[in-house]
Amino acid sequence: MSTLHTVNKSPFETQTLLSCLNHCREGDAVLLIEDGIYGGIEGSALSEIVKESAAGVSLYVLNEDVKARGIDPGRLLGEVSGVDYEGFVDLVTQHDRTQSWL
Amino acid sequence: MSDTKKFLYVNRKAPYGTIYALESLEVVLIGAAFEQDVALAFLDDGVFQLTKGQDTAGIGVKNFSPTFRALGDYDVNKLYVERESLEERGLTEDDLQEIMYEDEDDDWAEKPSIRIVSRAEMAEIMAEQDVILSF
Amino acid sequence: MAYEVNGQVVEHDEEGYITNLSDWSRELAEEIAKTENIEMTDEHWEVVNFLRDYYEEYQIAPAVRVLIKAIKKSMGPEKGNNKYMYELFPYGPAKQACKIAGLPKPTGCV
Repeated sequence: MSTLHTVNKSPFETQTLLSCLNHCREGDAVLLIEDGIYGGIEGSALSEIVKESAAGVSLYVLNEDVKARGIDPGRLLGEVSGVDYEGFVDLVTQHDRTQSWL
Repeated sequence: MSDTKKFLYVNRKAPYGTIYALESLEVVLIGAAFEQDVALAFLDDGVFQLTKGQDTAGIGVKNFSPTFRALGDYDVNKLYVERESLEERGLTEDDLQEIMYEDEDDDWAEKPSIRIVSRAEMAEIMAEQDVILSF
Repeated sequence: MAYEVNGQVVEHDEEGYITNLSDWSRELAEEIAKTENIEMTDEHWEVVNFLRDYYEEYQIAPAVRVLIKAIKKSMGPEKGNNKYMYELFPYGPAKQACKIAGLPKPTGCV
């Protein structure tokens, strides 16, 4: 039993990503979409706490949103995997429920 | 009933700055007609929705905090409030309004609907749901 | 669109619910009831007053199921049942009684 969480807000604007990570359980997945993808950047003021809070959790970003914002995928945390829209759908089907953090 | 699903409405926004809180409450009231197993979660700024003594007369919007007290009539009597979220905001359970329901299975005894839970318990509650709706 | 009571004009929406809740009066209720083909009796007033009290306390017009349950609790099972309520308000107790009580349409009522 696991949950796919989606986060669509920048962690530099709201606490949503951290709150989400603090409510994740081992085996859950967090997909960063829209402005949420900024939470996946390496070397930011929040990268360390994101990595720490995401222990036991799989992190994903939606490639299209990364590309749209001009973020080089090489700048993302090593822990983050990119998925396209099809991959998003796969993640939804692989988990028992989806929780959208707004 | 096997086709009853567990629904959790997750409330993370303060009441009047955005429309989320009111929208959530309206969806809960509408959804209650479908007789599912419904619970509400209040965490982060969502805990501000339940403070007592709200008076919106001066800001020209409807005060919907009394409506939470009608939820028992709609058979919605599990309001989980996260302790850490309260503490981070300098609040305690005493700052929240009293919300009661009558337990049909216990000779209509009045019981509190608000249940204070830890962050870890909240994560577990979320993991037990069939459907999670976020506001 | 508006009702007229004692020369006073009270606006309502396309379904007949009054726009401004504070415009309500007993005379207006009688007027709205007429447009719903309802002759107001003490029994009708009992439900309308109950709804107004409920709204005052909780700031919502209850769904039919909730209304009937609440009436049952407060006035007993001979009144708190579908048959009694639909006899008083044939087109739906929540809808018609709320309209007459000057409340908004119950949440979730289409």
